[in-house]
Amino acid sequence: MNENPADLAPELCVLAAAVAGLVAGMFLPRARQWPAPAACSAGLVAGLAFAGAAAARPGLTAFDAFSVDAITHVTRITVLGSTLAVVLLAAGPVRGHPRESEHHVLILLSALGTIMLGASSDLLVLVAAYLLASVPAYALAGFGKDAPGTEAALKYYLMGALLGVFMLGGVTLLSGVGRGTAYPVLRTGLAGAPPAAVAAGLVALLAGLLFKAGAVPGHYWVPDVTEGAPPAVAAYVTTVPKIGAFAALYRFGAEISPDGWPVLLAVIAAATMTLGNLAAFGQDNVRRLLAYSTVSQAGYLLVPVAMAGRSDLARPALLYFVAAYAVTNLGAFAVVVAAGRDDLAGYAGLLRASPLLGLSLVVCLLGFVGTPPTAVFVGKVLMFGAALDGDHAWLAAVAAVNTVASVFYYLRWIVPLFRRPSGPPPPARGATAIAAAAALLSLALGIAGGAALAA
Amino acid sequence: MLNLVIFLPLAVALALPAVPRRAVPWAWIGACVLDLALVIGMWAAHGTGGGVAYETNVRWIPSVRAGYHVGVDGLSLPLLALTAVLFAACAVYSLRQTHRVRAFAILFLFLETVCLGLFAALDLLLFFVFFDLSIVGMYFVILLWGHGDRTRSALQFFLYTFLGSLVLLLGFIGLYLGADPHTFDMVELTRTPPLSGGPAGLTLLAVGIGLGIKTPVVPFHTWLPPAHTDAPAAGSAILAGVMLKMGTYGLVRIAMPMLPDAWRRYAPVFLIVGLAGVLYGALVALAQDDVKRLVAYTSVNHMGYIVLALGAAGYATGDADARRLAVTGAVTQMVSHGLVTGALFLLCGVLYDRAGSYDLGRFGGIARGAPVFAALTAVAAFASLGLPGLSGFVAEFQIFAGTIGSGTAATAVTGALAVLGILVTAALFLRVLHRAVLGPPGELTPLVTDVRRPELAALVPLLALSLVIGVAPRVLLDTIEPLSAAVVALVGR
Repeated sequence: MNENPADLAPELCVLAAAVAGLVAGMFLPRARQWPAPAACSAGLVAGLAFAGAAAARPGLTAFDAFSVDAITHVTRITVLGSTLAVVLLAAGPVRGHPRESEHHVLILLSALGTIMLGASSDLLVLVAAYLLASVPAYALAGFGKDAPGTEAALKYYLMGALLGVFMLGGVTLLSGVGRGTAYPVLRTGLAGAPPAAVAAGLVALLAGLLFKAGAVPGHYWVPDVTEGAPPAVAAYVTTVPKIGAFAALYRFGAEISPDGWPVLLAVIAAATMTLGNLAAFGQDNVRRLLAYSTVSQAGYLLVPVAMAGRSDLARPALLYFVAAYAVTNLGAFAVVVAAGRDDLAGYAGLLRASPLLGLSLVVCLLGFVGTPPTAVFVGKVLMFGAALDGDHAWLAAVAAVNTVASVFYYLRWIVPLFRRPSGPPPPARGATAIAAAAALLSLALGIAGGAALAA
Repeated sequence: MLNLVIFLPLAVALALPAVPRRAVPWAWIGACVLDLALVIGMWAAHGTGGGVAYETNVRWIPSVRAGYHVGVDGLSLPLLALTAVLFAACAVYSLRQTHRVRAFAILFLFLETVCLGLFAALDLLLFFVFFDLSIVGMYFVILLWGHGDRTRSALQFFLYTFLGSLVLLLGFIGLYLGADPHTFDMVELTRTPPLSGGPAGLTLLAVGIGLGIKTPVVPFHTWLPPAHTDAPAAGSAILAGVMLKMGTYGLVRIAMPMLPDAWRRYAPVFLIVGLAGVLYGALVALAQDDVKRLVAYTSVNHMGYIVLALGAAGYATGDADARRLAVTGAVTQMVSHGLVTGALFLLCGVLYDRAGSYDLGRFGGIARGAPVFAALTAVAAFASLGLPGLSGFVAEFQIFAGTIGSGTAATAVTGALAVLGILVTAALFLRVLHRAVLGPPGELTPLVTDVRRPELAALVPLLALSLVIGVAPRVLLDTIEPLSAAVVALVGR
């Protein structure tokens, strides 16, 4: 039994940074809290370094419940990188805020929960990770203490608590009939269990994970939270927790492969992408548009999850797509933060007013579509490949039709960019830099996809 | 060298923001001419031998065995040359452009790289990347520099052709999954066709629909007229002259050699679809009053000949020499149509530039005020309807000789019916000449001044090349023939 804490070095870095940020926040004067975000960023960078080093070593399982394999490596690196971007994005808006350091600490704790979610190979750890990833996020959603934020936080919390209870019930049921909570035990245990009980437990377990992933039917919180929460928090909740949820779903599907898994997940995937796309059509608020776009992207991401264990392409597809999605989504939200406008009309002439910001947005939106040579393109190719290889050609066709439909609303946002400028250019420099970096990274991941995939 | 040819325009495009405003058009023209010179150099060095030259094969996404694999052969070279010529012509033609010149030049240079890359790609995924990027580039050309209901046309163009490209991607993934070991490499897929039976049919369906939308074949042609009508003249010329060839090129390069038995089995479908394109395109064009829509529909007609010839080449029972002739004719038609239709669209652009309208009924007797324009229009129209001595004749003669001559009843009947298309095309171009160029003066005729020097410099080379191919086609045909022999042999497997 391996109980070497050094295997969890990236997670410990994040935890240490969170604690350091919290302690620093307690003693620092309100106006000068910069050491807190600095400590958080440093912790994330250190975590990234450890995660990168760990990715070069062979996989293992720590404490019998924490897998350190390719899925965890990608989850770690993507979550840590995305969280770093969010902390930098939020640093400007919350500077001088009474609870500045708490903001960053909450983000770090939620990120820690997300990594555990993706790495756990035991149902109990999964539940603990779910709570750790969720509870700080509820607080973050209501961080502004304004009416929309409070409503968002309440909806987010109620939805999460309800589906979390379902999940707990599902875990109880599965561990009862499967005689254990560790995945290897469950794999054999569930094979001989009554199918009805397994199915009920499975559906209840999925409820919680689909809530985290922002997929149908747990997607109702996505638009409200994205619109009501502060923009940087919106960027966080639509990006980071999903990464862990998809990793957890994939791991569960691949290691236990319950009966009916591909069919159930394929139907959910098709429903998610279709509903997300249809709802995004009429949105004039860019944050709601992005929210529904993340729902539809969650649908595409569920395709490789459904094909877990059925196709060799499923795992690279999921891992690549998750990273590509995180980069693209963060880039788009960074543009929203930088522009400071929520209505589509406010983006008229952005390309003239700030070419760098406008170009980054064009790259990110075309990236969502899956236009080469962006990162999502490679992810989508692998996703289509996984669906066809897993004998789900209909799912590939549904995804293709949905992709074409999604072009419409992304273009609705691109077209105004080319009009004449209507107002002064947005000033936010830091967010612009993050948007540009995300766009560049998206292109780099698309062009140099081989290097990333081989790792 | 090939990589230089492909990425030179893109490099210039990236450097263009640093160029002073007045030098932008000249930098653009310089890049195009240099690229053209390089392509000609490559062609001269390659000669008329078969096989692939100037190959580069670099690993790109090793885990799915997709690579950056490019090379040229007898099929790529004429199309690369056509692309370089047309882009150079458009650059010269746009010398007088005033609206956002720099962005226009950047976009066209980007498109040139994309088109050259597509015709040189030897990897399915790489092919698809360029295929998709061409849609994005052309979308912005229509959206930003078009006229009329351009937002709607651009959106329709993007959605329609993007759907086609995704279906094509599914087909490519089908080929990838069928190969053992899985690969996207075209050379390997051509060497050992990966699929047979039902999956091959489905894959051919996906690839055929994807390429068919791009070509476009009836009934997938509906995106074409609005896109052409509302695009700027140079954009239409590229769209029709170069980008429509991506579809037919893909049929010759991918569908026929990689899915030979499916192609043989479904050859009648391609014959019928080609025939429908020929007749329907010609008849609808005859009914148009908008001269740009008319030219757009003649493209449907001309692409129909190509699909017809490729369908005839799939008849394994037919005479091999005739089938070879049909493929050669199809490739020649790609080049010929690119030159002639490019010229026709640029001529339409001249008309719109002066009078702001494409309505045939409001022009008349242009020949009196604009004799050079009239003469160029007449030459282009005759080239398009396939008058001997011009490139269209060489192409269409081979297509018909090959289709009818391959000796089976089906090809003979469809070929004979398709000849009627020429008759209708002749009628409609003569109608254009009668109403707009000759005849009594129309209300907009006084606005039409003669072609200016940049326009002349862009148009004359295109039509002169058509004449050269018409009079001395040997150089072109010698390059194509080894390739068509190879394709026919591959389909015959």
